[in-house]
Amino acid sequence: MTVALETSHIDQDFLSGDGSILHVLRDINLKIHSGRITMIVGPSGCGKTTLLSILSGILTPTRGSVCIFGKDISHLTDGEKVTFRRQNVGFMFQSYNLIQTLSAAENVAIPLLANGIAYNQALKEAYALLDQLGLEGKGGKFPLKLSGGEQQRVAIARALVHHPKILVCDEPTAALDAAAGQTIMGILTKAALDKDRVVIVVTHDNRIFHFAHTIVTMSDGRILSTEAMQKEP
Amino acid sequence: MDLIAFKMLVGNKAKYYGLIFGVMFSTFLMAQQVSLFLGLMVRTCSTIGLVQEASIWVMDPSVRYFDEIKPLPDIDLYRVRGVEGVKWAVPFYKGTAVLKSGSVFQLVTVFGLDDTSLIGLPSQMVLGQAESIRAPNSLIMDEGGWKYIWPTDPFEINRSVEMNDHFVRIVGICDIPPSYASLPQVYTRYSEAVKLTPQGAHTLSYVLVDHEPGTDPAVVAQRIREKAGLLALTSNAFEWRTIWYFIEKTGIPINFGITVLLGFIVGAAIVGQTFYIFILENLMQFAALKAIGVSKGQILKMVLIQGALVGSMGYGLGMGLTALFFLVTKDLVALKGFTLYAPVMVGVGVCVGLIILGASFFSIRRVLVLDPAEVFRGP
Ligand SMILES: Nc1ncnc2c1ncn2[C@@H]1O[C@H](COP(=O)(O)OP(=O)(O)OP(=O)(O)O)[C@@H](O)[C@H]1O
Ligand SMILES: [Mg+2]
Repeated sequence: MTVALETSHIDQDFLSGDGSILHVLRDINLKIHSGRITMIVGPSGCGKTTLLSILSGILTPTRGSVCIFGKDISHLTDGEKVTFRRQNVGFMFQSYNLIQTLSAAENVAIPLLANGIAYNQALKEAYALLDQLGLEGKGGKFPLKLSGGEQQRVAIARALVHHPKILVCDEPTAALDAAAGQTIMGILTKAALDKDRVVIVVTHDNRIFHFAHTIVTMSDGRILSTEAMQKEP
Repeated sequence: MDLIAFKMLVGNKAKYYGLIFGVMFSTFLMAQQVSLFLGLMVRTCSTIGLVQEASIWVMDPSVRYFDEIKPLPDIDLYRVRGVEGVKWAVPFYKGTAVLKSGSVFQLVTVFGLDDTSLIGLPSQMVLGQAESIRAPNSLIMDEGGWKYIWPTDPFEINRSVEMNDHFVRIVGICDIPPSYASLPQVYTRYSEAVKLTPQGAHTLSYVLVDHEPGTDPAVVAQRIREKAGLLALTSNAFEWRTIWYFIEKTGIPINFGITVLLGFIVGAAIVGQTFYIFILENLMQFAALKAIGVSKGQILKMVLIQGALVGSMGYGLGMGLTALFFLVTKDLVALKGFTLYAPVMVGVGVCVGLIILGASFFSIRRVLVLDPAEVFRGP
């Protein structure tokens, strides 16, 4: 169990509509281990998504630094951040954001294609991963022909296909019913857990808290507590 | 990612076909209208090019275009002949007369050719011999004219008609481009022509000239202008003088210009809007691509590929449609000789390129300024 991701004194300010400054994140100091599921929880508007954007190299914090596997990403240029994300980060979004006019497998293949892997090879790997995630024979289907749970499984495959060191998931179960949410989290934790991978899940959904190894609780832009759960991976 | 861009667009059938249709429509409208305009401009001076033997046309200095006849006194023919560098000079008559035959009353254009040399005689005949007009009271008529006057009658030789109280026979049918005035055209000898048309004091419409070998026709024309005080133009210069008259003094270019502009604007509107909506509908997906780590350059390329795809498909279909239009209508008298010129294809291609670039530019801006963090904000 190693600390793979560390933040020190992160602040994030936004300019609000009326010109005043919003302090959305204040003095965030986090140590996140690889090989475990870390959940970030807290009330709506407390800054979970903003923190996730920073941890995944999308947003540069106003102050403070983020170190991932020994690399400080808070001072990368925009272009370097794009490359960093392409090579190291897998994303799952609440609203899936699959491209409707591409087949499931083509959607999954996108991170590989973006990394310059040839179309046929990328598609082969995409199909193989979809099979592993229980979507045998569905790689050729278009997202709208799949159920919400199936679409989220496609999204899991897209997030993992390029073997990222970090997986970030924003509200992965918010659009699903309770049973489907449990199934998806089961699949996600099984597929994503790796001793060298950081898995961060932002959620409201207390029915999935039991999948976590660590729970980070936020309130109003600050971290209230970091709690290690009893179970071990 | 290029293939992904292609599939992303083609998978959206409605947008894809809509875009192609927009480009096709606009291509067709622009190419067809510009071609019609050029065809019409060529018609205004088609007779000049038909008289291949003559290199210089001599006329009254106030003539602005081919159809504007200001008759010269006969003496001018001899004055032109006296100018150095003139190989030969012959009279050429152009006028109009009413042709009567049974219940037919039809205004026709009459060309009168030099009695001995027959300079300006059409070379393409559909029926009969052009030389037959050497016989008295004989003329040849253009194919389109015959079809216009007697749409159901097959071509025949020696049909008798009445013009200006004279009876004449149609001894041949020739194949020449229709004139701008769209009137039937008949050719006869000069001496016959002046009998067939109502006359004023003078009858000489043009003096046709060829230059001596080794001289420059433009120089000889200049000399005629100085020596005879007449307007003398090389065939080419006279064609352009005629075309420029129509461009500058008539509403024709404006009419066509408006239609072409409309084609451009409507095309740009349809394509721009559809493309923009297509991009907008996929904005979250583009945000996801940006978050995942697809670079701006790659996204730019994707959008441009999508634009180039609909642009080339639509352009190809539009040009095909235009070519088909001129193919189907090539036997119609009204559109005879009209064709799709290569420079028109290039020009319209440039316009389509501009439309696509414009549409892509506006759409790309939305994608490029998009914050990838938006992707977390939900739909
Ligand atoms: N780009 C931005 N500009 C201005 N304000 C922003 C921006 N992004 C987030 N905020 C504000 O920051 C605060 C935290 O937003 P954030 O999305 O991180 O919360 P959250 O905890 O993810 O909430 P939810 O559970 O509803 O998703 C909110 O008040 C939001 O309005
Ligand atoms: Mg959120």
